[in-house]
Amino acid sequence: MSEMSVTEMFSYIQGFLSADQDVREDIRKVVQNLEQTAREILTVLQSVHQPSGFKEIPSKCAKARELFCTVRSQLSELKTKFPVEQYYRFHEHWRFVLQRLAFLAAFAVYLESENLVTREEVAQILGIEVVREKGFHLDIEDFLAGVLIMASELSRLAVNSVTAGDYSRPLRISNFINELDSGFRLLNLKNDPLRKRYDGLKYDVKKIEEVVYDLSIRGLAKESESGGN
Amino acid sequence: MNKREGEGWSRRNVEAAQEHDVHANPSSPVVAAFKVFQQELDTKHDKYERLVKISRDVTIESKRTIFLLHRVTNVPDVEAVLNEAEGKLDAVRQKIGLIAEELRGEDIYQFHRAFTPGIQEYVEAVSFLHYIRHRSLISLEEINARLVFMRTENGDPKGSAEAPPLGAHVLTFQVTPADYLLGVADLTGELMRLCIGSVGNGDIDTPFQLSQFLRQIHDGFSYIGNTGPYEVSKKLHTLRQSLGKVEDACYTLRVRGSEIPKHMLADVFSSRTTHMDTEEGVV
Repeated sequence: MSEMSVTEMFSYIQGFLSADQDVREDIRKVVQNLEQTAREILTVLQSVHQPSGFKEIPSKCAKARELFCTVRSQLSELKTKFPVEQYYRFHEHWRFVLQRLAFLAAFAVYLESENLVTREEVAQILGIEVVREKGFHLDIEDFLAGVLIMASELSRLAVNSVTAGDYSRPLRISNFINELDSGFRLLNLKNDPLRKRYDGLKYDVKKIEEVVYDLSIRGLAKESESGGN
Repeated sequence: MNKREGEGWSRRNVEAAQEHDVHANPSSPVVAAFKVFQQELDTKHDKYERLVKISRDVTIESKRTIFLLHRVTNVPDVEAVLNEAEGKLDAVRQKIGLIAEELRGEDIYQFHRAFTPGIQEYVEAVSFLHYIRHRSLISLEEINARLVFMRTENGDPKGSAEAPPLGAHVLTFQVTPADYLLGVADLTGELMRLCIGSVGNGDIDTPFQLSQFLRQIHDGFSYIGNTGPYEVSKKLHTLRQSLGKVEDACYTLRVRGSEIPKHMLADVFSSRTTHMDTEEGVV
């Protein structure tokens, strides 16, 4: 290649930059649709906080599962917008929505089975991969962030289930969150956004403990236990 | 008394908490899952830290090369300085080879933030040397062409001697257009210093060449405008200042050059630049 003039060099670079911008524009459009679907799922799942919602948990989860079909097709559209090995080049565009979706999947699975969702399950619900080498994947930090969002949603659920007269649920949530907390304590987090979010977990734990305390001193926790048996 | 009681309490609490964790540990699938996450995160963070460290070395060595290159203005044997700089840059390239090795099989953008400062500094140094030698702007291809590394599989040192070409593989490192651009933006600051330095030595031709070159780069950046990354627009401001200083220098040379004997020019100039620096401080 012969010598390039300064002007040629800059227009060459400019070509790169505008191609990059086009890709980002495409990604942004798809991500907007994803955000819309994520909000719809959130609306469906949030109705479990309503007093009447506690009986409808299975049907709400089924509805959410249906909406995840839309998410899968939107995510497969997103995959076509950029070369797969450049995932992290554009990561920032879908990071937020993917965390929300991980939260929604984890929340739905918790409501169904009261278990912590695995990364594989979330990936399967969203129709994506777990490991980077296989394609569009769920970054581990995004998965963990989603789980942490779920923790604060569960502390809210504990409060509302008491209001709705379900006294045994907070105890189960408490056990679950404590387990989650000891899980997170195994991680060596850097001073990053995930760490910041993890620092909020202790307030969720505290809040649920307070709920459990309130129930215990009034004998409500025991009552529901014997009632359950 | 009170204090001791307090200590006893907290110790008991810690023990209780540890006991709680131990109880939670072995059976729980949650804890088992998090142990896997722990490993994965630690591996990633370790790699990131290693890259930051290499990048820092690349930055330091590139800066030293730039300082060395500034000496060309008042040294009789320019070629010796340039060769020494070339040698230093070879060492820097070896370091970049280490980055390429760390990034083998990875998504380079996942770790880009760890090594981008070093790469920008390298672009600055290598383009500075190129300018001094060839009076032209080094292209992105030329930079990338020198970042190709031959590696022999070093799994075991005995084996490498036996099968040299078969176990060898080529590693490349690609400077991104954005890093190239930011490195070139930094280069303009060095060119401005080179300009002022060469005037100080009574060199009258270099400032005019430099002002022309800087103007071309400035036009290039204006052409890119805000389509580039955010940092580029920030650097455009500094670039304007550098260009202004060089243009002022050329102006002074033209106006005063015909009046003042050559050997006194340096004095005129140094007083003028200090005046400009104080002005900058006020603004």
